[in-house]
Amino acid sequence: MDLLRFITCGSVDDGKSTLIGRLLYDSDSVSLDVLATLEKKRTATNSTDVDLALLTDGLKAEREQGITIDVAHKYFTTPRRKFIITDAPGHVQYTRNMVTGASNADLAIVLVDARQGVIEQTRRHTLLASLLGIKHFVLAVNKLDLVGYDEAVFERIVADYQAVAQQLKLADVVAIPLSALHGDNVVRRSKQIAWYQGPSLLEHLESVPATIDANPNEPRFQVQYVIRPQTEELPDYRGYAGRIQSGTYRAGDKVRIWPSGLETVIDAIEVNQQPVAAAVAPQGVILRLRDDIDISRGDTVVPLAAHPAVVREFEATLCWMDERPLRAGRKLLVQHHAAVVKASVTAILQKINIETFESQGTDEAKLNDIVRVRIKTALPLVADEYRQNRVTGAFILVDDQTGATLAAGLIAATDPEYFTQEVPAETAFSI
Amino acid sequence: MPRAGAPILTAMPTPIYLDYLDRLEAEAIHILREVAGQFERPALLFSGGKDSIALTRLAEKAFRPGKFPFPLVHIDTGHNFQEIIDFRDSLAASLGEKLIVRKVEDTIRTRGLHEPGGKYPSRNPLQTYTLLDVIEEFEFDACIGGARRDEEKARAKERIFSVRDDFGQWDPKRQRPELWNIYNGRIQKGENVRVFPISNWTELDVWNYIQRENIKLPDIYFAHERQCVVLPSGQLLGLSEHLNLDDTDEIVSRRVRFRTVGDSTCTAAVESGAASIDDIIQDLLLAKVSERGATRLDDNLSETGMEDRKRNGYF
Ligand SMILES: Nc1nc2c(ncn2[C@@H]2O[C@H](COP(=O)(O)OP(=O)(O)O)[C@@H](O)[C@H]2O)c(=O)[nH]1
Ligand SMILES: [Mg+2]
Repeated sequence: MDLLRFITCGSVDDGKSTLIGRLLYDSDSVSLDVLATLEKKRTATNSTDVDLALLTDGLKAEREQGITIDVAHKYFTTPRRKFIITDAPGHVQYTRNMVTGASNADLAIVLVDARQGVIEQTRRHTLLASLLGIKHFVLAVNKLDLVGYDEAVFERIVADYQAVAQQLKLADVVAIPLSALHGDNVVRRSKQIAWYQGPSLLEHLESVPATIDANPNEPRFQVQYVIRPQTEELPDYRGYAGRIQSGTYRAGDKVRIWPSGLETVIDAIEVNQQPVAAAVAPQGVILRLRDDIDISRGDTVVPLAAHPAVVREFEATLCWMDERPLRAGRKLLVQHHAAVVKASVTAILQKINIETFESQGTDEAKLNDIVRVRIKTALPLVADEYRQNRVTGAFILVDDQTGATLAAGLIAATDPEYFTQEVPAETAFSI
Repeated sequence: MPRAGAPILTAMPTPIYLDYLDRLEAEAIHILREVAGQFERPALLFSGGKDSIALTRLAEKAFRPGKFPFPLVHIDTGHNFQEIIDFRDSLAASLGEKLIVRKVEDTIRTRGLHEPGGKYPSRNPLQTYTLLDVIEEFEFDACIGGARRDEEKARAKERIFSVRDDFGQWDPKRQRPELWNIYNGRIQKGENVRVFPISNWTELDVWNYIQRENIKLPDIYFAHERQCVVLPSGQLLGLSEHLNLDDTDEIVSRRVRFRTVGDSTCTAAVESGAASIDDIIQDLLLAKVSERGATRLDDNLSETGMEDRKRNGYF
């Protein structure tokens, strides 16, 4: 069975949590005891309907305030597919939690309140989701019951969103009119919305292409841990344990180790202590290499035919997640999966204006800003551009003192020829 | 076999298809290896239940032919069924891995804690103290646990690498962003990290995995006759010497199995004829009650039971 990971996003109160509750409820994925708890709550608050949002708003503060603060994960399975849902918070202040959820999703459901239409948060979340490499979008026009199930309202919102989709060059957007509260077009097609001929949300989720692994043509494998039993039976065994990040590895492949550049051959690939002829992303494997060379955690093993960029300077897009703003010259750590290196942000080049999606000059990144920066690292990194490889193009920035995660980073350019040419005046002065 | 008339491409390897269980397994192995790579003194919290047994299988896949880079640590409430304790010991022995056992009873004594009373005295909340003590004793910087996000609504919110302060406390409003599959285990002195490699697995996924991998489990997971006390809620609690029963209690003999194993005084049995893993998977596909709802007495006490306990340093 396939796996599809999706995220719900949109502004506060657009109905994200209710929609997930409805999906779970109408697909028979909520257990009786959990329903009983909801029912108790309903009677206690004198409401007519059970509050489906309570199925995902799991924290005390969330239930008290009726909002979503952090990402919740929910799981359900239909005969067709297994789903992992991430319910993201809508408040601007919790944007970093939305980014957390989007980083692992294959599809984004962008909710819009039919009464409000496309608003800034719709644009912001669509931008973030597309930036993070999500390929499939659903525009869920919710609360249609509150506008008399009016087709004209739906069409107007779809047209507005088209403009957003075009600007961001989204390839796959499907618009669905629905009411999460009443269940119209969520699992079952709605009788109220007879003018809509398309699939229900669940039908669509069951049919979009499932998880595609990052760039199958450029194999990448990073060493996580070196296995050396040093026992009597296996005195000299040395295995490099790690995850295939993209592509296929075959026993017998000639490979190069980065960043050292040394060459060797894969003698064997082991999965669960058995040799296999080949393995693919995202399998966890052990590589046995022919030559006794110095390899440690964070090193990358790639076939000779592959072409990784191995660089000490690159440009990246950051989603800045710390309260303290980022200024040029800041020293920090780049964590590129198993590789952690000292680094410095040498320039802050541009900031994306969420309203217009245009770049503007800036000399700092504030909480939730999206900026383009240049980064220098103390040691070389095996870097790919994020749009080429969603695994090896990703990194995080970490505060070397507190250990806090400061930013999500997406590698934008590794070749100086494609670096941002005009450094804005303010930044140029502050370097 | 190729169909008659179809060209035979001998050089063409069959593409490797990974289904959802392969992907969940790969994710868990990756997380376990990150723990090994990032921490100096990790531990695997081993309860003797199916989730932690599945974790040991995943650890074998991550680290064999090497040894586990962590010991198994069992926080023993003293209220476990004997089958579980026996199973724990024989599993640790057959894996050839180090097992550390610390008893809640000893913590009660050394810390002068109040032994819970009542008819069904649960030492579950007290496990937290023993856990914090063992973390301090061995200076563990990471504790791997078998918790799943589908178990409970507060767990659904927790990160895979969950940073805890000196007191083991979880602050749900200040969680680190966790991006892609990049796990940030950097901590400051006194802090430690709880790591949940099977966060994204459901109860059914675990059973499907147990079946696929042919993993052995303690007998109490399968249907058997057992003397039980009928609780006011209708739930069945296996009879044990740790319960303080009186004349009003109704004792019955039923065919039951356990969906989770924990403290025998607060983990209910469910009536079931499921004698094999296949039967259990069938049972689950039809089940209408969640694992916790069916079996845990302590979470029913309060709507935020789990969140409160996690904030206080629980697993
Ligand atoms: N009338 C109507 N109300 C809805 C619908 N969907 C959600 N709501 C209500 O909108 C409010 C916010 O919903 P919630 O799911 O918490 O929104 P979130 O902030 O996006 O997660 C709640 O009062 C819901 O009951 C809908 O389709 N129709
Ligand atoms: Mg919500």
